Amino acid sequence: MTEATQPIQRRAIALVSGGLDSMLAVKVMQEQGIEVEGVNFFTGFCVEGHTHAIRKKDKDKDKRNNALWVAEQLGIKMHIIDISEEYKDVVLNPKHGYGANLNPCLDCKIFMVNQATLMINKAREFAGDRGFDFIVTGEVIGQRPKSQRKETMPIISQESGADDRLLRPLCAKNLPATLPEREGWVNRDELFDFSGRNRKPQMALAKHFGLDDFAQPAGGCCFLTDESYSNKLADLWKARNERRYELDDIMLLKVGRHLRPKPHYKLIISREEGENRFLEGYRYMFTSITTVSCPGPLALVDGNFENEEELQQAAAIVARYSKGRVQDEVTLEIRQADGVARQVTVKPALPDDVPVAWNVG
Amino acid sequence: MWGDDMSDVIHELDTRRLLCPMPVIKTQNKVRTLQTGDQLRVISTDPGSLNDIPAWCRINGHEVLETGEQGHEVYVLLRVGEDNGALF
Ligand code: SF4
Repeated sequence: MTEATQPIQRRAIALVSGGLDSMLAVKVMQEQGIEVEGVNFFTGFCVEGHTHAIRKKDKDKDKRNNALWVAEQLGIKMHIIDISEEYKDVVLNPKHGYGANLNPCLDCKIFMVNQATLMINKAREFAGDRGFDFIVTGEVIGQRPKSQRKETMPIISQESGADDRLLRPLCAKNLPATLPEREGWVNRDELFDFSGRNRKPQMALAKHFGLDDFAQPAGGCCFLTDESYSNKLADLWKARNERRYELDDIMLLKVGRHLRPKPHYKLIISREEGENRFLEGYRYMFTSITTVSCPGPLALVDGNFENEEELQQAAAIVARYSKGRVQDEVTLEIRQADGVARQVTVKPALPDDVPVAWNVG
Repeated sequence: MWGDDMSDVIHELDTRRLLCPMPVIKTQNKVRTLQTGDQLRVISTDPGSLNDIPAWCRINGHEVLETGEQGHEVYVLLRVGEDNGALF
């Protein structure tokens, strides 16, 4: 007599952004008895990091890390992977080009699914049955103009190397059957055929699952879809004469008012307490300007002043955004990155002294 | 003093100045190098770490022993659970 063999517990890695779609995709898999673990990639452009960066203590308790929060709701493990270094090449040289702004969505998807593919390959090699059988995403055909079209779905599968181990439970019925479907690990009939920008089917499914608290990112999952942000990034490359960035650069683009009075220097001026605290952490890297004679913002100087006149001009601009803007003069402190500081007293700039064209973003 | 019993050793991880989700990522990567039962104190200047690191611990089966604030800094003391996540 042969021993009854236990069916193998099939396992999947899900790309979890923190939004509703990936949450639903995981839930659909769980309903079918698949054990899911989540992976979330940190690119440096995530909206997540921003809201956290400037959240105030206590007041913004609800500004949670959505990926972690989703994992907790779904009862899955979550791996957060820092891909910010490797991701630069995706942003700087996207093979498939950009979307409406500097968002390289298609290359980004391919890159992330490829990372997940490497993970499941590694896990299959080292963990055997405790490894992962396939990858799940919350993609929906037609949801995003550039990256989530019917034609792009096979491109992502192929170029990522995931091939038919990539399953999109929310729109699988519109696509050829994948390995998990063909092998009967999941039941294709119980997958979905969502398409287009209409969110109603997702809402209905969320309701069906009893999910009523979820993040709804408007434009996309990252700052690169944001026009103002993309303009700031393009400005940075122009000012430096090269397309290049460090993590600190792209973090700073998320915060403050950015003014470029001269091609060779830019001011990053905080607009509220949270941004103030955030910029504070960068004073050891940049020359900074603060007001002394009245309350005011903190400004970082990205670049260098070529002469005293420019320094005075920058001080006057910062004074304009301080509580002393209507006073005859304001005293400010200019502190270099190394801590050496001096004070200047200037007449605050008038609105007309700060042309709109200086606004970056 | 340096006996075999190292269970009282508290490892430390400095994530000062890093912003979400980096403190969580650093914590995750450090835990992968530790053993079940090891203790780790994570120090952060992002107040959000007080939410995020405990959430990460709950999800991944690690125990939060203590959290607190000291001036501008926050800390989380955790005990590594059964699976340190070293697979990845
Ligand atoms: S919005 Fe950003 S994170 Fe999302 S796919 Fe596009 S580039 Fe990638």
